[in-house]
Amino acid sequence: MVSRGLKRLYTFLIFLFLYAPIIVLIVFSFNNSKSRGVWAGFTFKWYIELFKDAEILKALYYTLLVAVLSALISTVLGTFAAIGIYNMPGLSKKITLNLNYLPVLNPDIVTAVSLMALFRFFKMEFGLATMLLSHIVFCTPYVILSVLPKLKQMNKHLAEAAMDLGATPFYALRKVIIPEIMPGIITGCLMAFTLSIDDFVISFFNTGNNVSNLSIEIFSMSRRGINPVINALSTLMFVSLIILLLIINKRTEKNEIERGV
Amino acid sequence: MKMKKVAYPYILWMAIFIVIPLFLILYFAFTTGDSQNFATFQFSLDNFKRFFTPTYLKVLGRSVNLAFISTIICLILGYPLAYIISKAEPRKRNMMVLMLVIPMWMNFLLRTYAWLTLLGRNGFINFVITKIGFKPLELIYNDKAVLLGMVYNFLPFMVLPIYTVLIKIEKSLIEAAEDLGANKIEVFSKVVLPLSMPGIITGITMVFIPAVSTFVISALLGGNKYNLIGNLVEQQFRWTGDWHFGSSMSIILMIFILITMALTSKFDKEKEGGGGGLW
Repeated sequence: MVSRGLKRLYTFLIFLFLYAPIIVLIVFSFNNSKSRGVWAGFTFKWYIELFKDAEILKALYYTLLVAVLSALISTVLGTFAAIGIYNMPGLSKKITLNLNYLPVLNPDIVTAVSLMALFRFFKMEFGLATMLLSHIVFCTPYVILSVLPKLKQMNKHLAEAAMDLGATPFYALRKVIIPEIMPGIITGCLMAFTLSIDDFVISFFNTGNNVSNLSIEIFSMSRRGINPVINALSTLMFVSLIILLLIINKRTEKNEIERGV
Repeated sequence: MKMKKVAYPYILWMAIFIVIPLFLILYFAFTTGDSQNFATFQFSLDNFKRFFTPTYLKVLGRSVNLAFISTIICLILGYPLAYIISKAEPRKRNMMVLMLVIPMWMNFLLRTYAWLTLLGRNGFINFVITKIGFKPLELIYNDKAVLLGMVYNFLPFMVLPIYTVLIKIEKSLIEAAEDLGANKIEVFSKVVLPLSMPGIITGITMVFIPAVSTFVISALLGGNKYNLIGNLVEQQFRWTGDWHFGSSMSIILMIFILITMALTSKFDKEKEGGGGGLW
């Protein structure tokens, strides 16, 4: 019994450590003072000011725009790439997979500066386009890595059977392969979205022309002190994600019950 | 097998956005000149010569040292947690895994910055300390704060891969060891620990790589005086404009990571293909 209590205490302390800053952020988004560390009463004013703050709303817009676009594009690119890679012969498959691993294994900052060098080399103007491209570059490998295991699980002969029965390769792809690997595609898409929305390093090096996302905004603020409006915004984003999660959970539970699992 | 053709666009994409950029960095690293004008580049080893002087080697040493310590701390803190989670009943288990991931949904810069509120001179922790009757401590803008930031941010990356491996261990193996007379410690050290090695290795690389190359955590919690190799690269590319020197440091960072991975893969005999151990 003692060891069980000890385990509980340990788990509790680690989770406290992980959640302490989040609690602080949420609490201070209701703080009636600009300075951190001083509690000056409860207020909703930061939530109201949030909707008047053009700069932060613009950063939010770019964050969401880039996250949605890069998630969609890298999902399409990555899914086709995974199907192709899966069907490649040994050596070229190995080489392709290893190259695909590079952005995953390389430190963010190396990926970021190498892309910065590329865009400079092609004389591209830094801005929304370069930021979007760089996000697709680092999101796609994760999509591929989440689709490939589903392809391995799939019955190899399904697509062949479809084609034997007269389906064109494209039709087999659309009607047989894609539905089979859908869970992997969805995981990949969500991962790409999460990675993109939370990214700082890659965006920081590959943006320009007054295009900034929330992370860049927060980083530049951190030198002069964070505007509590950001706390309010993150609290809202965080809470809406939790609610979304709860809804999805309820749905799958319901489905499971209906299916009698 | 015409299906492989659908990967061709991505192969072209990889050539442009993964291979060429790395060669460009390599090219920058071995040349000097005006970073903005490719015509002025000349082959030179000056960037590396400049790096291998005490000032910069000290920064590299500090980065590696901090990353190493934070990896060890993550392992010591994370392994027991992964073990506890893997032993819980399925419902609770999934809940706890989810709780490890949820913090990542809040911007990591902001979460790291929030530690300033907790650790600062008028922060919560010093408030408690002074209430008990001690003098306030200097908790931010030093080594320990940067370490804390690293452990805080990367701990889930250690716990998740270890957990993934631990739940796959067959119960019958543990039962067999017990039947053969092994006590709890022996079961752990001779069965569970060796079998969880692949997870530990993945965890180590997933913590060490971002820790050694970070510039955000040190910029936020270390104050301005605090430099790690990531900060040097950032300065060269964003402020000083010497892309050649910045590239040479990126190459050194990459070499370091290759060494780490070679070392860890030595211990990792049965590396699973496909990767994605985290998810």
